[in-house]
Amino acid sequence: MTAGAMRSSAWKRYNWRVIWLSLLYCFFLLPAVYGFKHQLIPDGLKYLIAVLPALPVVGLFAAMGRYLVEEQDEYVRMLRVREMLWAMGFTMSCATIWGFLDNFGLVGHVDGYWIVVLWYFGQALGALVNKLTLGASTC
Amino acid sequence: MENRLRLLRAERSWSQQDLAERLEVSRQSVNAIETGKYDPSLPLAFRIAELFELPIEEIFVSPSRRSSKAI
Repeated sequence: MTAGAMRSSAWKRYNWRVIWLSLLYCFFLLPAVYGFKHQLIPDGLKYLIAVLPALPVVGLFAAMGRYLVEEQDEYVRMLRVREMLWAMGFTMSCATIWGFLDNFGLVGHVDGYWIVVLWYFGQALGALVNKLTLGASTC
Repeated sequence: MENRLRLLRAERSWSQQDLAERLEVSRQSVNAIETGKYDPSLPLAFRIAELFELPIEEIFVSPSRRSSKAI
């Protein structure tokens, strides 16, 4: 299976959304980091400025949902759903295991946003499983 | 699910890509259905049947009928 054939119009739209959301993430994150580091943000705006970079990341998950709705090829959609299920299982498992290790003081604390990175790693794992079990991958 | 898709396609000298374009799906979908790795939804199975102008059961082998024959 070639990667090129997987690029449906829905997938292209998803990729454009990811690009725009990533740019928006940088647009919010860089000033927030600078502002907090140099104590430039008034108390009343701190929560808002801290949450703003998270919103485009939340948007990435919404974009995934939108993609599943828009994808017309049911087989490709099934492959993507399988990837996402693997990503969810992998992420939740890692978070749970790390949470207990952390709770018992055996490992250091990890910032929650790393969950998103784990999610994408889990998706790649799902694509590998698709390749091994169905001979098909969306990567 | 076992099916005669490859045979029916070959009879018409269609490539997997040709069939995929007629069904408006990816070539990978056609390949997955032909090799029995993926069972199409009922709407897609009807589209396939309508394209070949055959009843669904003449394209796809019913799993229950197949197992009863084996018994």
